[in-house]
Formats: sequence, structure tokens, C-alpha cells
Amino acid sequence: MTLLQVRGIETHIGQYHILQGVTFEVVPGEITVLLGRNGAGKTTTLRSIMGLNPVSKGEISFQGERVEALPTHRISRQGIGYVPEDQGIFPDLTVGETMRIAMRLNDDHTKARLEWVLELFPDLHKFWGRKSGLLSGGQKQMLAISRAYVNDNRLLLIDEPSKGLAPIMVEKLMLAIEQMKAKTTVLLVEQNFMMASRIGHRYYLMDEGRIVSEGMMAELQQDEATRRKYLGIA
Amino acid sequence: MSGMRTSKIGTIWFVIFVAGLAALPFINDSRSFLILMTQICIFAVFAMSYDILLGFTGIVSFGHCMFFGIGAYTSGVMLDRLDASIGTLLLSVLVGVLLSALLSYIVGMLSLRLKSHFYAMLTLAFSGLLLVLAEKWRSLTNGNDGFTFPIPSVMKDRTVLYFTALAVMVVMFLLLRRFTQSPVGRVLLAIRENEQRTESLGYEIVHYKVFATVVAGMAASISGSLYVLTLRFVNTTVFGMDMTLNALLMTIIGGVGTLFGAIIGASIIEWAHHGLSELAKFHPIFERWIIFFGLLYIVVVLLFPAGIVGTLRLWWLKRRGRRLEQSLQADSNAIRKEGAG
Repeated sequence: MTLLQVRGIETHIGQYHILQGVTFEVVPGEITVLLGRNGAGKTTTLRSIMGLNPVSKGEISFQGERVEALPTHRISRQGIGYVPEDQGIFPDLTVGETMRIAMRLNDDHTKARLEWVLELFPDLHKFWGRKSGLLSGGQKQMLAISRAYVNDNRLLLIDEPSKGLAPIMVEKLMLAIEQMKAKTTVLLVEQNFMMASRIGHRYYLMDEGRIVSEGMMAELQQDEATRRKYLGIA
Repeated sequence: MSGMRTSKIGTIWFVIFVAGLAALPFINDSRSFLILMTQICIFAVFAMSYDILLGFTGIVSFGHCMFFGIGAYTSGVMLDRLDASIGTLLLSVLVGVLLSALLSYIVGMLSLRLKSHFYAMLTLAFSGLLLVLAEKWRSLTNGNDGFTFPIPSVMKDRTVLYFTALAVMVVMFLLLRRFTQSPVGRVLLAIRENEQRTESLGYEIVHYKVFATVVAGMAASISGSLYVLTLRFVNTTVFGMDMTLNALLMTIIGGVGTLFGAIIGASIIEWAHHGLSELAKFHPIFERWIIFFGLLYIVVVLLFPAGIVGTLRLWWLKRRGRRLEQSLQADSNAIRKEGAG
């Protein structure tokens, strides 16, 4: 049983044909990684799943239900959390206010998830009353991930969490995402292959708006030719 | 803790500010001064209503005067056609508020599903429509000439009218502040800062935007009702573009997204308007007071790019930020040490 199925989606942004028939699936309880160079279409794929870049062709099914025609807020309420590439924090709101907005329900289950995420990222607890705009880059990323995680989302879409962060902070975030795997499924977009290969189970490699290679992460670690061709790394 | 202390200090300053305003009629009881202060309170409510749109939701309106005009005409017509009692006045305010809520809901639902500039254009069209309606429906409005109407006898006392306007301004400020600090208000701020991210969190943003326009429309209608009460006269100027521009400038000069800035903006613009017109008695150049008005805007925008209250707030945050930055640096050092360990 797959959690998310993407079949032949095509997405246009203005006159540009960005996604040209992307097909892949996400299995529950796993971390699936979308890899590829800049401009391969990874971010657009996540945005298309969220309905932020509407697809012009193809199907997206989440838990067996078609979602590609739904508006973004309804896709989110189906149980998909999204952490965008730019973190998309609300600079004028405090950490606490951001988390309160993110919590759609105020039940014990959501509170327990909040508690858990605050244990995972103690900095957020520490800076609860601080404006999000005053946080460091790593703390902003923690906030963005927590905001998406706090609801009972069955799938988290995380776009390049390591971008622009110090190695120590990347390490912390990757460990945190790995821990989240026990509670939710993750579809991760990442350029940092070393990090992604450590926590990812399954990979899909994108190039020019198409999936060009797929398989288990362990296989890609052995396949130097594919890595060199599509990621430019040995 | 520091947030609570800041809020307490803010409350104390606000109480002092209101007490100062309440003491004014006892210090200077000249008629023109009281009229000016009453107008400031009324336009402060109008500007605060605009701030809900622009400052807290990021929506630009070119026709916000239509809600002001609805309040103005509803009160004018009802006091003229029914009786000049307090009951009729209150009823007219209520009817104006309901009509504005309905119209803002319709305009919002028609345009806010699209980009915000459609709302700006549609409000401009609707306010133009209401202006034409007011001009042509002469049997009710007497067209461009307008009409005078009686007001409740207790309101004829300028001091009573001033205290009424002051009370309305304070109550509206507290209500709107409560609204902006409520969970809905926080979602509106999130929408202003990042519409797509807010939608990604599962919020149907159009509902929140429409709600904000309804609240803003209702508040603007109350200010319109009060405005014609001070003039005992209403004509089509209440639907003029000038009204919307005044609200926009008051909000920008005071500080967008601060609410209190709208009060400061209204005070500055009304004082400048009054002061420059008065100077025309001494030198003919001040008959062209609008030029000086323009210069004033330029100076204020140059000196206070985020508005007066907004710039002061930024200055205060910067001061606090420096302290926070030091603590952030200490935290980051601790994380590095932890990593190295």
C-alpha cells in the first residue's frame, strides 16, 4: 500500500514546461528522497503535490484519494505537511504564535506532538516568545519543520532543509528527521547526497523535469556512474 | 516576561494618552479646537479600520470610503426622516454597520479569491457606483447639494460630542486590538506575511480575508455615522476618493500595522490641514496649502519610513534585538561546543 502516488504529472509555470511526466510513489514509514541538480524540478514537484503549482496533466493520489484538483488548504487538511525551501516563516510572529497557528486542533494528541517536537528541538522551547524573524537560520528551519509536523500529518514534504546551514546544524536536522520517521512518512528533497543517503530508504533521481533513475538508496550508493552523471559527484 | 512588561508599559502610556485627551476640553474649550479634536477621533477610527486591511491583512483598498459613506448617509437619512433621538441614532449606526458588513462581504467574496489588487479595483468601482447613486437618487439624498438634518439635542453640545467621539475611538481601538491579537488576527498576520505558507497550513485564506474586510467595513461605517453627526450635514463628498486617500495617508504616516499609528496619523493630518488653512489668513501662499501638505508627507515618509509609530517600534525592537543577538551568539557558541564535544 503506497501513501502517495504521483502518476505522469506535468506542470507549467508561465510558458515553461517544468514537470514533463513525473511518476513516483511514497511508501508509508519510509524516507523517500528526491534528488537532482538545480532546476531538475524537485521543488516544483513538491509544490505541485501541495497544489501551489497546479498540474496540467497527470494524477496525484494520497491515501487512495485523488488530490490534484483540490485547493492547497484542503490538501493540507488531508494530512500533508509542507516545509518549503525558503522555510516560509512568519517573521513578525513569535515562535509560540506560529506554533499556535500551525496547530489546527487543540486536543491532547496535538499537544503531545507539540511536546515531542519541543523535546526534539529545545531551542524552540527556549525562544518561545521570540519573533521568528530574529531566529538563526537553523532555528528557523526547526520552526518550519515543527510547524508542519505538529498536526497529525501522515506525510511531510521537506524541501532542502540543509540549504545554507552550518554542517553541525545540518547534522542536527537530519537526526531529527530520522526520529520523525517513526511517527510520520517523509518525502525529502535534498541536494546534499551524503546526508540524504544516510537517512533515505528510497530515492528518485530527477533531471529536466523527469524521473531518470529510481531504487533503494543503498543501490545508488553503489552506482557511481549514475551519481556522476546526474549529481556530478563520485 | 519582557513581552508582558512591554505590554504593561504600553497600557500605562495609553491610559495617560486617553486621560490627556479627556482633559483637553477643560484646558481649551474653544469651539474650533473641540471640533478639530472630534474630527481627529473620528478619522482615527476610519484610519484604524483601514489599518485592519492594509496593516494586518495586506489588502489595499481604493474605495474604503464607501463604508464611511454608507454610515454617513444611513445616519443622515434616518435622523432626517425618522426622529432626532438617541434611539434613532443608535439604530442608524446599527443599520449602517449591517449594510457595510453585507457590502464588504459581497465585494470580498467577488474579488478576494483573486489577487488582492482585484479587491482594490473592485472597491474603487463600488465606491464610484455609490457616489453616482448618491448623486442621482435626489429624492433621498438631494444629490450633490446634500442635506442638513437634526441631531439628538444632547449631541448639540460640542463637549458631549467630543467625549462621544473619544469614547468611540478608545472602544474601537481596544476592540480592534483585541481582534488583531485573537487567533483570527494572528492568522491574518500570517496571511499578510506569507499567503501561500498560511494556505499550506490548512487555512482557507479567502474566508479570513473576507472576515477582515467585513470588520474593517463595519468600523469605517461607525466613523462615517459620527462624522456627519459633527457636521449635521451630509453630501456626496463622503464617497469621494479623497476620503480613502486620507485614510491611506493617515495609516501610512502613523505606521502600518500598528493601530495606534492610525490615531497619530489622523492627528497629524487633521492638525496640518487645520493649521495650514489657518495660515492662509496671514499669507496668501498658504491658500495653496495642499502644496505644503505634500511637502509634509514627503518629510514624514523620509524621516519615518515605517510611519511614526512603526519607526519608533522598529527602533525599540532594534535595541532589544541587539541584546537578543548577543544571547543568540552565546547560544550558537554553545551549540558549536556541544558539536565539538
